[in-house]
Amino acid sequence: MTINTLAKGGWNREQMSCFRKMEKVIVSMQDPDMGMKMRNQRLLITVIPHAMTGRDIIDWLIQKYNICDEEALHVGGMLVRYGYIYPLKEPRSLVLRPDESPYRFQTPYFWTSTRWPASELDYAIYLAKKNIRKQGELMEYEKERYSVLNKRINHTWDFVVMQAREQLRASKQRRKADRIVLECQEQAYWLINRPPSGMRNMLDMGLERPNTFSSRVTLNSDYYKNEIENCKRALGRNRVKSSICLEGYVFVKYSEQYLNHDPIMQGCLPSNPWISDDTAHWTMNAEVVPTPTRLRVERWSFSFMELLNDSMGKREFMTYLEKEFSAENLCFWQACEDIRHGESSRIIQKVEEIYKNFLAPGAARWVNIDSKTMDKTLTGIRHPHRFVMDDAQMHIYFLMKKDSYPRYLKSDLYKNLLAKAIVPQESKKSVFPFMRRQRHASPSPAQVVTQATEEDGHAKGAGEAGTNSAAGSHA
Amino acid sequence: MAAEKAEIDALKKECDGLRTKIEAARKAVNDGSMSAAAGGVASVGRVQLKNRKTLKGHLAKIYSLHWAADSRQMVSASQDGKLLIWDCFTGNKLVAVPLKSAWVMSVAFAPSGNLVASGGLDNMCTVYNIKAASPKTLRELDAHTGYLSCCRFLSDSEILTASGDTTCCLWDLETGKQKTVFTNHIGDCMSLALSPDQNTFISGACDSLAKLWDLREGTCKQTFSGHTSDINAIAFFPNGHAIVTGSDDCSCKMYDLRSDQEVIGYQDSSLNAGVTSLALSNSGRLIFAGYDDFNCHIWDTLKGEKVGVLSGHDNRVSCTGVPEDGMGVCTGSWDSFLKLWN
Repeated sequence: MTINTLAKGGWNREQMSCFRKMEKVIVSMQDPDMGMKMRNQRLLITVIPHAMTGRDIIDWLIQKYNICDEEALHVGGMLVRYGYIYPLKEPRSLVLRPDESPYRFQTPYFWTSTRWPASELDYAIYLAKKNIRKQGELMEYEKERYSVLNKRINHTWDFVVMQAREQLRASKQRRKADRIVLECQEQAYWLINRPPSGMRNMLDMGLERPNTFSSRVTLNSDYYKNEIENCKRALGRNRVKSSICLEGYVFVKYSEQYLNHDPIMQGCLPSNPWISDDTAHWTMNAEVVPTPTRLRVERWSFSFMELLNDSMGKREFMTYLEKEFSAENLCFWQACEDIRHGESSRIIQKVEEIYKNFLAPGAARWVNIDSKTMDKTLTGIRHPHRFVMDDAQMHIYFLMKKDSYPRYLKSDLYKNLLAKAIVPQESKKSVFPFMRRQRHASPSPAQVVTQATEEDGHAKGAGEAGTNSAAGSHA
Repeated sequence: MAAEKAEIDALKKECDGLRTKIEAARKAVNDGSMSAAAGGVASVGRVQLKNRKTLKGHLAKIYSLHWAADSRQMVSASQDGKLLIWDCFTGNKLVAVPLKSAWVMSVAFAPSGNLVASGGLDNMCTVYNIKAASPKTLRELDAHTGYLSCCRFLSDSEILTASGDTTCCLWDLETGKQKTVFTNHIGDCMSLALSPDQNTFISGACDSLAKLWDLREGTCKQTFSGHTSDINAIAFFPNGHAIVTGSDDCSCKMYDLRSDQEVIGYQDSSLNAGVTSLALSNSGRLIFAGYDDFNCHIWDTLKGEKVGVLSGHDNRVSCTGVPEDGMGVCTGSWDSFLKLWN
């Protein structure tokens, strides 16, 4: 989300591609043969040439791009919001109305992409002109900005006023119609580039990031000494050949194995709740169910972690271990997990319990750890901390993984569960679309501002002309 | 002064020399390619996802979203100063958390579903208990000297944060204090992700590097280079053996952890906008990357091809997320809307 416009050429790249797409549309709209039919619009007593109605714009988009009404309204709306088409009536409401409201194309001179970023100087001149023309009757926010600019670029203020006067004088020489057109165009440009508060700033680029990172971290000798150490360590690390890393069980195999567990790729049974509005899938796969689904039980065979990550799988595995009289291993592992992820304040107490139950000589559920790890752990217990059980836990984990886990997968317990597991039937999508429940967004619990109702095409339009002051997202 | 500069120059030279050697070591093991490995794999074809739902309610740019572990609730943060917790199935808003500072940049859901955290330009990470009658501030984690760009819970007791002050930090939520500070980046940290086994995590920063850290030791284990601009988004491949990054240089890359290098890149000459966010589908086969061009583009992870696009937002896509059950993908945008697709 970089904004540094010139330094990295970043911004020019990002927003430009959207603008170029919009400009292509605009250019074809103005094509003499296949473009829009223009007409003269009456504004008070003056006739504005080359105008079109909102309805015309939408119809043209529908026809040209073979899209539906809603999409045409959406695309047309974007053209207005980004200043390529501006409304003649209610210029501050940058919304495309699908009716007889008159609109005009913005001249390329004032396209956002042509004159980016809008300069402070130009804005000052614009406000100065308006100030003179309206004899001080600027809008509140314009007055504020005018005075701010006055302070900030006071050194060139004479130039600003001179330019303003010049431009006003030049415009008086024009025909009235032309003058009005130019004023509209200029006003539209500044509404986009310096939106009043409450109006969404379409050109807002977000947080500024520092140009160079040397301002954050000093690249001094200490830094380099540290980096050298890091590099030496990195150089010494073991690297596995790509051919080994990429082939076999790693990525391709993983994706294939999990294909049936990827609803976006393969869909899911009985149906995807997001599509069918039916929660059956979630119900069938809840943590506690009398009979699990087949996919779920199969997944336990993918890896030991998969088995342990599923509470039901863990329970089944525990049952199996109890039959084998090695349940203490899983209990120990669980207790260690509890320390690793639990509250700091209870670490000491939990470590003591683990020692008493699993590690002490003659403990009720003594776990079989090699002597080296046991010694290390017992020493560590004297100063208990979150990771003191790591080595022992790892040892037991691998013990279970190499020994008990594979045997569990071959056991009758597992095989029977798999055989009994449910394979849901694919539920038919409802045949009658109107029977699907309409879901309306509920009002916000801490409701402050009224919201436009969703699920109708006006929602976006109404929302845009922003009446809320919380938006406050302009420069 | 001159002596100092000479020393720094000498150290820098030694450092560069080592980096060159590291690159050589990487090249030496680079005897296979992802395209070779995935050559026999069938193409996914054109992936066309539909917009199933649009969640409306925020009044300003959405900066961040995070799914809850139940794959049904989701929290989103907007610069209108609110966190909204949604039931994505019904589209209802369940909880609204008013923020002290509206300049929020990141939000996270705890695996337990009891807590959410957020932070931004206030340099703090605030943790809220949302199971209380009304959302209660549990902790204000205040030690970063830069903005908070990303946060992720490990449990109800620990949280990881990434900050514009170039560090990442592991906090103890009971005491509200920093447990470990991870220092090595030289640019703003923009994003982080936890490994599936929770032993390590990865971070992407404005120094265009991605780093893998050991949570327990507090050290940087691996550094991945290749991007030419800020890395904004980062994620693990679901098996934990590779990471995927998205950058302002308009490309995404996958780095394999064991061979310690980039194995495939995702870029297209027609794509001229920076990547803001990314998420992978459950099997890891698809990457959903949000871009500044208002779209979310879909990549075939294994073949490196662009296979689809999610269009519909009116402004840049700032956040993307796939829930644990993989039912679909959610995109959040500066146009203030969240869209669910599958």
